[in-house]
Amino acid sequence: MSYQARFKVWRGDAGGGGLVDYEIAVNDGEVVLDAIHRLQATQCPDLAVRWNCKAGKCGSCSAEVNGRPRLMCMTRMSVFAPEETVTVTPMRAFPVLRDLVTDVSYNYAKAREVASFVPPPELGPGEYRMKQEDVGRLQEFRKCIECFLCQDTCHVVRDHEENKPAFAGPRFLMRVAELDMHPLDAADGAGIDRRRAAREAHGLGYCNITKCCTEVCPEHIKITDNALIPLKERVVDRSYDPLVWLGSKIRRRGARP
Amino acid sequence: MATGTDPEARAAAGGDPAGRGVHHAARAAIPDPHLRRDRWWLQPAVTVAGLLAFVAYSTWRAFAGADYYAAPYVSPFYSPCLAENCESMPAGADWEIVGGWWHLSPALLVLIFPLGFRLTCYYYRKAYYRGFWASPPACAVPEPHRTYSGESRFPLVLQNVHRYFFYAAVLVAGVLTWDAVLGFRDEDGAWGHMGLGTLVLLANVALIWAYTLSCHSCRHIVGGRLKHFSRHPVRYRMWGWVSALNGRHMLLAWASLVSVAVADLYVYLVSSGAFDDPRFF
Repeated sequence: MSYQARFKVWRGDAGGGGLVDYEIAVNDGEVVLDAIHRLQATQCPDLAVRWNCKAGKCGSCSAEVNGRPRLMCMTRMSVFAPEETVTVTPMRAFPVLRDLVTDVSYNYAKAREVASFVPPPELGPGEYRMKQEDVGRLQEFRKCIECFLCQDTCHVVRDHEENKPAFAGPRFLMRVAELDMHPLDAADGAGIDRRRAAREAHGLGYCNITKCCTEVCPEHIKITDNALIPLKERVVDRSYDPLVWLGSKIRRRGARP
Repeated sequence: MATGTDPEARAAAGGDPAGRGVHHAARAAIPDPHLRRDRWWLQPAVTVAGLLAFVAYSTWRAFAGADYYAAPYVSPFYSPCLAENCESMPAGADWEIVGGWWHLSPALLVLIFPLGFRLTCYYYRKAYYRGFWASPPACAVPEPHRTYSGESRFPLVLQNVHRYFFYAAVLVAGVLTWDAVLGFRDEDGAWGHMGLGTLVLLANVALIWAYTLSCHSCRHIVGGRLKHFSRHPVRYRMWGWVSALNGRHMLLAWASLVSVAVADLYVYLVSSGAFDDPRFF
Protein backbone atom coordinates (compact mmCIF):
# COMPACT_ATOMS: atom_id res chain seq x y z
CA MET A 1 0.00 0.00 0.00
CA SER A 2 1.21 3.47 -0.78
CA TYR A 3 -0.18 6.68 0.59
CA GLN A 4 0.66 10.33 0.93
CA ALA A 5 1.88 10.84 4.48
CA ARG A 6 1.76 14.23 6.17
CA PHE A 7 5.03 15.35 7.73
CA LYS A 8 6.27 18.35 9.65
CA VAL A 9 10.03 18.56 9.30
CA TRP A 10 12.16 21.12 11.08
CA ARG A 11 14.09 23.25 8.62
CA GLY A 12 16.57 25.88 9.67
CA ASP A 13 19.92 26.50 11.22
CA ALA A 14 21.46 28.14 14.28
CA GLY A 15 19.99 31.46 13.21
CA GLY A 16 16.40 30.22 13.34
CA GLY A 17 13.96 27.91 11.66
CA GLY A 18 10.67 26.19 12.07
CA LEU A 19 8.47 23.22 11.25
CA VAL A 20 7.56 23.00 7.58
CA ASP A 21 4.64 20.93 6.23
CA TYR A 22 5.26 18.31 3.55
CA GLU A 23 3.35 15.50 1.92
CA ILE A 24 5.55 12.54 1.09
CA ALA A 25 4.71 9.26 -0.66
CA VAL A 26 5.22 6.30 1.68
CA ASN A 27 5.19 2.60 0.76
CA ASP A 28 4.66 -0.55 2.80
CA GLY A 29 7.62 -1.54 4.96
CA GLU A 30 9.28 1.85 4.90
CA VAL A 31 10.79 3.72 7.80
CA VAL A 32 10.89 7.42 8.61
CA LEU A 33 14.36 7.74 7.08
CA ASP A 34 12.98 6.42 3.75
CA ALA A 35 10.42 9.20 3.76
CA ILE A 36 13.06 11.79 4.61
CA HIS A 37 15.23 10.51 1.75
CA ARG A 38 12.26 10.72 -0.64
CA LEU A 39 11.63 14.26 0.56
CA GLN A 40 15.26 15.09 -0.14
CA ALA A 41 15.12 13.43 -3.58
CA THR A 42 11.85 14.92 -4.76
CA GLN A 43 11.16 18.21 -2.97
CA CYS A 44 14.08 19.52 -0.90
CA PRO A 45 17.48 18.68 -2.36
CA ASP A 46 19.08 20.97 0.22
CA LEU A 47 17.61 19.11 3.22
CA ALA A 48 20.45 18.22 5.61
CA VAL A 49 20.21 14.82 7.25
CA ARG A 50 22.95 12.64 8.72
CA TRP A 51 22.73 8.92 7.96
CA ASN A 52 24.89 5.96 7.03
CA CYS A 53 23.89 2.33 7.47
CA LYS A 54 20.07 2.42 7.50
CA ALA A 55 20.26 -0.66 9.68
CA GLY A 56 20.32 0.71 13.23
CA LYS A 57 24.01 0.08 13.68
CA CYS A 58 25.86 3.28 12.83
CA GLY A 59 23.98 5.62 15.15
CA SER A 60 23.95 8.47 12.63
CA CYS A 61 20.28 9.20 11.95
CA SER A 62 19.31 10.16 15.51
CA ALA A 63 16.43 12.63 15.59
CA GLU A 64 13.14 13.19 17.38
CA VAL A 65 10.02 11.71 15.86
CA ASN A 66 6.78 13.02 17.34
CA GLY A 67 8.82 14.38 20.21
CA ARG A 68 10.55 11.12 21.06
CA PRO A 69 14.29 10.59 20.54
CA ARG A 70 14.62 7.81 17.94
CA LEU A 71 16.74 6.47 15.13
CA MET A 72 14.87 7.44 11.95
CA CYS A 73 15.99 4.23 10.27
CA MET A 74 14.45 2.11 13.03
CA THR A 75 11.12 3.91 13.21
CA ARG A 76 8.62 2.14 10.97
CA MET A 77 5.99 4.23 9.24
CA SER A 78 3.49 1.47 10.03
CA VAL A 79 3.40 2.57 13.68
CA PHE A 80 1.66 5.78 12.58
CA ALA A 81 -1.90 6.00 11.31
CA PRO A 82 -2.02 7.13 7.63
CA GLU A 83 -3.90 10.29 8.59
CA GLU A 84 -1.43 11.13 11.36
CA THR A 85 1.06 13.96 10.89
CA VAL A 86 4.58 12.81 11.69
CA THR A 87 6.82 15.50 13.17
CA VAL A 88 10.56 15.12 12.69
CA THR A 89 13.00 17.46 14.43
CA PRO A 90 16.70 17.38 15.18
CA MET A 91 17.84 16.27 18.63
CA ARG A 92 16.93 19.09 20.98
CA ALA A 93 19.73 18.73 23.53
CA PHE A 94 22.49 19.72 21.12
CA PRO A 95 23.22 22.85 19.07
CA VAL A 96 21.61 22.65 15.66
CA LEU A 97 23.79 22.95 12.56
CA ARG A 98 21.22 22.71 9.81
CA ASP A 99 17.83 21.01 9.40
CA LEU A 100 18.07 17.59 11.08
CA VAL A 101 21.81 17.74 11.73
CA THR A 102 23.12 18.71 15.16
CA ASP A 103 26.55 19.40 16.57
CA VAL A 104 27.28 16.44 18.85
CA SER A 105 30.82 17.49 19.73
CA TYR A 106 29.79 17.74 23.42
CA ASN A 107 29.85 13.95 23.39
CA TYR A 108 33.32 13.73 21.90
CA ALA A 109 34.62 16.19 24.48
CA LYS A 110 33.12 14.07 27.25
CA ALA A 111 34.56 10.88 25.72
CA ARG A 112 38.04 12.36 25.87
CA GLU A 113 37.61 13.13 29.58
CA VAL A 114 37.24 9.44 30.49
CA ALA A 115 40.61 7.91 31.33
CA SER A 116 41.37 5.10 28.88
CA PHE A 117 41.78 1.43 29.66
CA VAL A 118 45.06 0.93 31.53
CA PRO A 119 46.85 -2.20 30.31
CA PRO A 120 48.10 -4.53 33.05
CA PRO A 121 51.88 -4.05 33.25
CA GLU A 122 52.61 -7.75 33.72
CA LEU A 123 50.93 -8.78 30.45
CA GLY A 124 52.16 -8.13 26.96
CA PRO A 125 50.19 -7.90 23.71
CA GLY A 126 48.51 -11.22 22.96
CA GLU A 127 48.73 -12.41 26.56
CA TYR A 128 45.34 -11.12 27.74
CA ARG A 129 43.09 -13.95 28.94
CA MET A 130 39.65 -13.23 30.37
CA LYS A 131 36.88 -15.59 31.40
CA GLN A 132 33.46 -15.13 29.89
CA GLU A 133 31.79 -14.60 33.27
CA ASP A 134 34.19 -11.72 33.93
CA VAL A 135 33.42 -9.89 30.70
CA GLY A 136 29.76 -10.83 30.13
CA ARG A 137 28.33 -7.72 31.79
CA LEU A 138 30.78 -5.45 29.92
CA GLN A 139 29.76 -6.88 26.57
CA GLU A 140 26.29 -5.41 26.99
CA PHE A 141 27.84 -1.94 27.20
CA ARG A 142 29.96 -2.62 24.11
CA LYS A 143 26.76 -2.86 22.06
CA CYS A 144 26.53 0.93 22.25
CA ILE A 145 26.43 2.45 18.74
CA GLU A 146 26.99 6.00 20.03
CA CYS A 147 23.78 7.39 18.56
CA PHE A 148 23.69 9.75 21.57
CA LEU A 149 19.94 9.38 21.99
CA CYS A 150 20.53 8.70 25.69
CA GLN A 151 22.53 11.92 25.95
CA ASP A 152 19.77 13.74 24.06
CA THR A 153 16.95 12.57 26.30
CA CYS A 154 18.77 12.94 29.62
CA HIS A 155 17.04 15.84 31.33
CA VAL A 156 20.21 16.76 33.25
CA VAL A 157 21.64 18.35 30.11
CA ARG A 158 18.56 18.55 27.88
CA ASP A 159 16.78 20.87 30.32
CA HIS A 160 19.89 22.46 31.84
CA GLU A 161 22.55 23.59 29.41
CA GLU A 162 24.55 24.84 32.39
CA ASN A 163 25.11 21.25 33.56
CA LYS A 164 27.01 20.23 30.46
CA PRO A 165 30.47 21.08 31.80
CA ALA A 166 29.88 19.03 34.97
CA PHE A 167 27.95 16.05 33.63
CA ALA A 168 29.27 13.42 31.24
CA GLY A 169 25.88 11.90 30.47
CA PRO A 170 24.70 8.29 30.57
CA ARG A 171 26.77 7.09 27.62
CA PHE A 172 30.08 8.09 29.20
CA LEU A 173 29.14 7.15 32.75
CA MET A 174 28.43 3.75 31.24
CA ARG A 175 31.95 3.81 29.80
CA VAL A 176 33.36 4.55 33.26
CA ALA A 177 31.32 1.65 34.68
CA GLU A 178 32.57 -0.62 31.91
CA LEU A 179 36.19 0.20 32.67
CA ASP A 180 35.72 -0.06 36.44
CA MET A 181 34.26 -3.56 35.96
CA HIS A 182 36.93 -4.61 33.45
CA PRO A 183 38.86 -7.58 34.82
CA LEU A 184 42.20 -6.43 33.37
CA ASP A 185 41.97 -2.68 33.84
CA ALA A 186 44.94 -1.59 35.95
CA ALA A 187 43.77 1.95 36.63
CA ASP A 188 44.20 1.60 40.40
CA GLY A 189 47.88 0.75 39.98
CA ALA A 190 48.32 3.76 37.73
CA GLY A 191 46.88 6.12 40.31
CA ILE A 192 43.54 6.54 38.51
CA ASP A 193 40.53 6.33 40.80
CA ARG A 194 37.60 5.74 38.44
CA ARG A 195 35.00 5.83 41.21
CA ARG A 196 36.17 9.15 42.54
CA ALA A 197 36.33 10.45 38.97
CA ALA A 198 32.76 9.26 38.33
CA ARG A 199 31.57 11.39 41.23
CA GLU A 200 33.85 14.39 40.96
CA ALA A 201 34.77 14.72 37.29
CA HIS A 202 31.86 13.09 35.45
CA GLY A 203 28.98 14.21 37.69
CA LEU A 204 27.43 10.84 38.54
CA GLY A 205 25.51 12.50 41.39
CA TYR A 206 23.50 14.50 38.87
CA CYS A 207 21.89 11.31 37.59
CA ASN A 208 18.57 10.74 39.35
CA ILE A 209 18.07 7.35 37.71
CA THR A 210 14.80 8.22 35.99
CA LYS A 211 15.68 5.74 33.22
CA CYS A 212 14.98 7.82 30.13
CA CYS A 213 18.38 6.75 28.77
CA THR A 214 17.28 3.12 29.04
CA GLU A 215 13.90 3.87 27.45
CA VAL A 216 15.37 5.37 24.29
CA CYS A 217 18.37 3.08 23.76
CA PRO A 218 17.94 1.42 20.34
CA GLU A 219 20.31 -1.36 21.40
CA HIS A 220 18.15 -2.05 24.48
CA ILE A 221 21.09 -1.68 26.82
CA LYS A 222 19.88 -1.51 30.42
CA ILE A 223 21.98 1.58 31.00
CA THR A 224 20.44 2.55 34.33
CA ASP A 225 20.12 -0.86 35.96
CA ASN A 226 23.35 -2.39 34.71
CA ALA A 227 25.73 0.56 34.46
CA LEU A 228 24.60 3.71 36.28
CA ILE A 229 23.17 2.17 39.45
CA PRO A 230 26.07 -0.32 39.83
CA LEU A 231 28.43 2.64 39.37
CA LYS A 232 26.50 4.60 42.01
CA GLU A 233 26.85 1.65 44.36
CA ARG A 234 30.59 1.49 43.66
CA VAL A 235 30.83 5.20 44.45
CA VAL A 236 28.93 4.56 47.70
CA ASP A 237 31.60 1.96 48.53
CA ARG A 238 34.30 4.53 47.96
CA SER A 239 32.77 7.72 49.28
CA TYR A 240 29.72 7.16 51.45
CA ASP A 241 30.04 3.83 53.24
CA PRO A 242 32.09 4.12 56.45
CA LEU A 243 32.09 0.34 56.98
CA VAL A 244 33.63 -0.33 53.58
CA TRP A 245 36.11 2.50 54.18
CA LEU A 246 37.10 1.04 57.56
CA GLY A 247 37.40 -2.46 56.10
CA SER A 248 39.66 -1.28 53.30
CA LYS A 249 41.87 0.62 55.79
CA ILE A 250 42.23 -2.50 57.96
CA ARG A 251 42.98 -4.70 54.95
CA ARG A 252 45.54 -2.23 53.67
CA ARG A 253 47.26 -2.11 57.07
CA GLY A 254 47.27 -5.91 57.28
CA ALA A 255 48.80 -6.16 53.82
CA ARG A 256 51.80 -4.04 54.78
CA PRO A 257 55.05 -6.04 55.17
CA MET B 1 16.90 28.42 5.68
CA ALA B 2 15.06 30.69 8.05
CA THR B 3 11.31 30.55 8.30
CA GLY B 4 10.62 33.34 10.67
CA THR B 5 11.67 32.31 14.16
CA ASP B 6 14.96 33.69 15.35
CA PRO B 7 15.88 33.26 19.06
CA GLU B 8 14.18 36.50 20.13
CA ALA B 9 11.05 35.68 18.13
CA ARG B 10 11.08 32.23 19.76
CA ALA B 11 10.81 33.81 23.19
CA ALA B 12 7.97 36.02 22.01
CA ALA B 13 6.20 32.98 20.58
CA GLY B 14 6.07 31.26 23.95
CA GLY B 15 9.60 29.97 24.25
CA ASP B 16 11.60 30.50 27.37
CA PRO B 17 12.86 34.10 27.40
CA ALA B 18 15.91 33.03 29.39
CA GLY B 19 16.75 30.48 26.70
CA ARG B 20 16.90 27.58 29.11
CA GLY B 21 16.91 23.91 28.20
CA VAL B 22 15.43 23.06 24.83
CA HIS B 23 14.94 26.78 24.20
CA HIS B 24 18.63 27.52 24.46
CA ALA B 25 19.61 29.88 21.67
CA ALA B 26 21.93 27.37 19.97
CA ARG B 27 19.34 24.62 19.71
CA ALA B 28 16.67 24.11 17.09
CA ALA B 29 14.12 26.93 17.32
CA ILE B 30 10.94 25.13 18.34
CA PRO B 31 8.50 27.07 20.53
CA ASP B 32 6.78 23.98 21.97
CA PRO B 33 8.53 22.68 25.08
CA HIS B 34 7.95 19.17 23.75
CA LEU B 35 6.26 17.52 20.79
CA ARG B 36 5.09 14.27 22.35
CA ARG B 37 1.52 13.40 21.43
CA ASP B 38 1.16 10.12 23.30
CA ARG B 39 -0.32 9.97 26.80
CA TRP B 40 3.02 10.57 28.51
CA TRP B 41 1.25 11.96 31.57
CA LEU B 42 -0.57 8.71 32.29
CA GLN B 43 2.28 6.80 33.90
CA PRO B 44 3.30 9.54 36.37
CA ALA B 45 -0.38 10.19 37.14
CA VAL B 46 -1.01 6.52 37.95
CA THR B 47 2.18 6.41 40.03
CA VAL B 48 1.14 9.47 42.02
CA ALA B 49 -2.37 8.09 42.57
CA GLY B 50 -1.04 4.71 43.72
CA LEU B 51 1.56 6.16 46.06
CA LEU B 52 -0.85 8.73 47.52
CA ALA B 53 -3.42 6.01 48.17
CA PHE B 54 -0.84 3.96 50.03
CA VAL B 55 0.44 6.98 51.99
CA ALA B 56 -3.11 7.89 53.04
CA TYR B 57 -3.97 4.34 54.09
CA SER B 58 -0.68 3.67 55.88
CA THR B 59 -0.77 7.02 57.71
CA TRP B 60 -4.23 6.22 59.05
CA ARG B 61 -3.21 2.75 60.13
CA ALA B 62 0.19 3.73 61.52
CA PHE B 63 -1.28 6.40 63.78
CA ALA B 64 -4.32 4.34 64.77
CA GLY B 65 -2.46 2.21 67.32
CA ALA B 66 -5.36 -0.26 67.52
CA ASP B 67 -6.78 -3.34 65.82
CA TYR B 68 -3.40 -4.62 64.71
CA TYR B 69 -3.41 -7.98 66.44
CA ALA B 70 -5.90 -10.79 66.10
CA ALA B 71 -4.26 -13.92 67.47
CA PRO B 72 -2.34 -15.47 65.83
CA TYR B 73 -2.07 -12.74 63.20
CA VAL B 74 -0.19 -9.45 63.58
CA SER B 75 -0.25 -6.59 61.12
CA PRO B 76 3.06 -6.12 59.26
CA PHE B 77 2.83 -2.41 60.17
CA TYR B 78 3.23 -3.25 63.87
CA SER B 79 5.90 -5.93 63.82
CA PRO B 80 8.34 -5.93 65.50
CA CYS B 81 6.53 -4.04 68.24
CA LEU B 82 9.14 -2.12 70.20
CA ALA B 83 7.22 -0.14 72.85
CA GLU B 84 5.56 -1.09 76.12
CA ASN B 85 2.16 0.00 74.85
CA CYS B 86 2.08 -2.93 72.39
CA GLU B 87 -0.58 -5.54 72.69
CA SER B 88 0.64 -8.82 74.13
CA MET B 89 1.62 -11.15 71.27
CA PRO B 90 2.59 -14.58 72.62
CA ALA B 91 5.81 -15.81 70.94
CA GLY B 92 5.63 -12.82 68.59
CA ALA B 93 8.06 -9.95 68.15
CA ASP B 94 6.71 -8.05 71.16
CA TRP B 95 10.04 -6.80 72.44
CA GLU B 96 9.37 -3.56 74.35
CA ILE B 97 12.92 -2.32 73.72
CA VAL B 98 11.99 1.34 73.77
CA GLY B 99 10.26 1.23 77.12
CA GLY B 100 7.23 2.94 78.57
CA TRP B 101 7.93 6.58 77.68
CA TRP B 102 6.63 6.07 74.14
CA HIS B 103 2.93 6.89 74.07
CA LEU B 104 2.30 7.22 70.36
CA SER B 105 1.43 4.32 68.10
CA PRO B 106 4.15 1.62 68.25
CA ALA B 107 4.00 1.31 64.46
CA LEU B 108 5.80 4.64 64.13
CA LEU B 109 8.92 3.17 65.75
CA VAL B 110 9.37 0.41 63.22
CA LEU B 111 7.83 1.79 60.06
CA ILE B 112 10.69 4.24 59.65
CA PHE B 113 12.90 1.36 58.47
CA PRO B 114 10.74 -0.03 55.64
CA LEU B 115 9.73 3.54 54.83
CA GLY B 116 13.39 4.57 54.55
CA PHE B 117 14.13 1.48 52.48
CA ARG B 118 11.39 2.33 49.99
CA LEU B 119 12.07 6.08 49.98
CA THR B 120 15.71 5.51 49.02
CA CYS B 121 14.96 2.56 46.70
CA TYR B 122 16.24 3.13 43.17
CA TYR B 123 12.84 2.27 41.68
CA TYR B 124 10.79 4.48 44.00
CA ARG B 125 13.26 7.32 43.45
CA LYS B 126 12.53 7.13 39.74
CA ALA B 127 8.81 6.94 40.46
CA TYR B 128 8.55 9.95 42.74
CA TYR B 129 11.13 12.07 40.92
CA ARG B 130 8.96 11.66 37.85
CA GLY B 131 5.53 11.68 39.47
CA PHE B 132 5.82 14.20 42.29
CA TRP B 133 8.81 16.35 41.37
CA ALA B 134 8.42 16.26 37.57
CA SER B 135 12.15 15.84 37.21
CA PRO B 136 11.42 14.94 34.46
CA PRO B 137 7.68 14.14 34.23
CA ALA B 138 8.41 11.91 31.22
CA CYS B 139 11.23 11.39 28.77
CA ALA B 140 11.83 14.40 26.50
CA VAL B 141 9.21 16.39 28.41
CA PRO B 142 10.89 19.38 30.07
CA GLU B 143 11.03 19.69 33.81
CA PRO B 144 9.79 22.96 35.31
CA HIS B 145 12.76 23.64 37.60
CA ARG B 146 15.16 26.48 36.88
CA THR B 147 18.18 24.69 38.32
CA TYR B 148 19.07 21.08 38.89
CA SER B 149 21.77 19.40 40.93
CA GLY B 150 20.26 15.94 41.18
CA GLU B 151 21.63 13.76 43.93
CA SER B 152 24.97 15.53 44.08
CA ARG B 153 24.12 17.76 47.03
CA PHE B 154 22.33 17.74 50.38
CA PRO B 155 19.64 16.58 50.97
CA LEU B 156 19.38 14.18 48.02
CA VAL B 157 22.96 13.02 48.45
CA LEU B 158 21.53 11.16 51.47
CA GLN B 159 19.90 8.72 49.03
CA ASN B 160 23.27 6.97 49.22
CA VAL B 161 22.31 5.48 52.61
CA HIS B 162 20.05 3.02 50.80
CA ARG B 163 22.19 0.01 51.64
CA TYR B 164 21.82 0.63 55.40
CA PHE B 165 18.05 0.63 55.03
CA PHE B 166 18.49 -2.58 53.05
CA TYR B 167 20.21 -4.20 56.04
CA ALA B 168 17.37 -3.02 58.30
CA ALA B 169 14.78 -4.25 55.79
CA VAL B 170 16.33 -7.73 55.87
CA LEU B 171 15.89 -7.80 59.67
CA VAL B 172 12.28 -6.63 59.40
CA ALA B 173 11.58 -9.24 56.71
CA GLY B 174 13.03 -11.87 59.07
CA VAL B 175 10.58 -10.80 61.78
CA LEU B 176 7.66 -10.84 59.35
CA THR B 177 8.68 -14.36 58.33
CA TRP B 178 8.43 -15.46 61.94
CA ASP B 179 5.02 -13.75 62.16
CA ALA B 180 3.87 -15.75 59.14
CA VAL B 181 5.12 -18.97 60.74
CA LEU B 182 3.14 -18.12 63.88
CA GLY B 183 0.07 -18.07 61.64
CA PHE B 184 0.25 -21.87 61.79
CA ARG B 185 -0.66 -21.71 65.49
CA ASP B 186 -4.20 -21.14 66.60
CA GLU B 187 -5.32 -18.35 68.91
CA ASP B 188 -4.41 -20.48 71.95
CA GLY B 189 -0.86 -21.09 70.73
CA ALA B 190 -1.30 -24.68 69.56
CA TRP B 191 0.45 -25.61 66.29
CA GLY B 192 -1.47 -27.19 63.41
CA HIS B 193 -3.71 -24.31 62.42
CA MET B 194 -4.16 -22.61 59.11
CA GLY B 195 -6.61 -19.91 58.15
CA LEU B 196 -7.01 -17.45 55.33
CA GLY B 197 -4.93 -15.03 57.40
CA THR B 198 -2.03 -17.49 57.36
CA LEU B 199 -2.13 -17.47 53.56
CA VAL B 200 -2.33 -13.68 53.48
CA LEU B 201 0.71 -13.31 55.75
CA LEU B 202 2.65 -15.95 53.80
CA ALA B 203 1.96 -14.28 50.46
CA ASN B 204 2.92 -10.93 51.93
CA VAL B 205 6.20 -12.11 53.40
CA ALA B 206 7.10 -13.90 50.14
CA LEU B 207 6.61 -10.67 48.21
CA ILE B 208 8.47 -8.65 50.86
CA TRP B 209 11.46 -11.01 50.56
CA ALA B 210 11.33 -10.94 46.76
CA TYR B 211 11.28 -7.14 46.76
CA THR B 212 14.02 -6.87 49.40
CA LEU B 213 16.35 -9.32 47.67
CA SER B 214 15.76 -7.77 44.25
CA CYS B 215 17.15 -4.46 45.54
CA HIS B 216 20.01 -2.91 43.57
CA SER B 217 22.10 -2.54 46.74
CA CYS B 218 21.60 -6.25 47.45
CA ARG B 219 22.72 -7.03 43.91
CA HIS B 220 25.85 -4.96 44.46
CA ILE B 221 26.66 -6.43 47.87
CA VAL B 222 26.04 -10.02 46.78
CA GLY B 223 28.41 -9.85 43.83
CA GLY B 224 28.12 -6.72 41.72
CA ARG B 225 31.02 -5.06 43.51
CA LEU B 226 33.43 -7.79 42.36
CA LYS B 227 35.84 -7.27 39.49
CA HIS B 228 36.44 -10.98 38.90
CA PHE B 229 33.33 -13.15 39.03
CA SER B 230 35.42 -16.17 38.04
CA ARG B 231 37.26 -16.08 41.37
CA HIS B 232 33.99 -16.10 43.35
CA PRO B 233 31.73 -18.72 41.72
CA VAL B 234 29.23 -18.86 44.59
CA ARG B 235 28.77 -15.10 44.70
CA TYR B 236 28.56 -15.04 40.90
CA ARG B 237 25.75 -17.59 41.02
CA MET B 238 23.96 -15.58 43.71
CA TRP B 239 24.48 -12.39 41.71
CA GLY B 240 22.80 -14.08 38.77
CA TRP B 241 19.78 -14.99 40.90
CA VAL B 242 19.51 -11.52 42.38
CA SER B 243 19.93 -10.00 38.91
CA ALA B 244 16.99 -12.08 37.65
CA LEU B 245 14.87 -10.76 40.52
CA ASN B 246 16.25 -7.27 40.00
CA GLY B 247 14.84 -7.23 36.48
CA ARG B 248 11.38 -7.31 38.10
CA HIS B 249 12.15 -4.79 40.82
CA MET B 250 9.39 -2.38 39.81
CA LEU B 251 6.79 -5.14 39.70
CA LEU B 252 7.91 -6.47 43.06
CA ALA B 253 7.95 -2.98 44.56
CA TRP B 254 4.28 -2.48 43.70
CA ALA B 255 3.23 -6.06 44.49
CA SER B 256 4.79 -5.92 47.96
CA LEU B 257 3.37 -2.45 48.59
CA VAL B 258 -0.12 -3.73 47.85
CA SER B 259 0.41 -6.97 49.77
CA VAL B 260 1.58 -5.23 52.92
CA ALA B 261 -1.50 -2.99 52.85
CA VAL B 262 -3.79 -5.96 52.17
CA ALA B 263 -2.21 -7.95 55.02
CA ASP B 264 -2.70 -5.04 57.40
CA LEU B 265 -6.28 -4.53 56.22
CA TYR B 266 -7.02 -8.21 56.72
CA VAL B 267 -5.73 -8.15 60.29
CA TYR B 268 -7.64 -4.92 60.93
CA LEU B 269 -10.90 -6.43 59.69
CA VAL B 270 -10.48 -9.61 61.74
CA SER B 271 -9.31 -7.72 64.82
CA SER B 272 -12.12 -5.19 64.67
CA GLY B 273 -14.69 -7.98 64.36
CA ALA B 274 -15.77 -7.20 60.80
CA PHE B 275 -15.56 -10.91 60.02
CA ASP B 276 -14.06 -14.13 61.34
CA ASP B 277 -10.92 -15.61 59.83
CA PRO B 278 -11.96 -18.56 57.60
CA ARG B 279 -10.19 -21.62 59.01
CA PHE B 280 -8.83 -24.38 56.74
CA PHE B 281 -7.72 -26.73 59.58
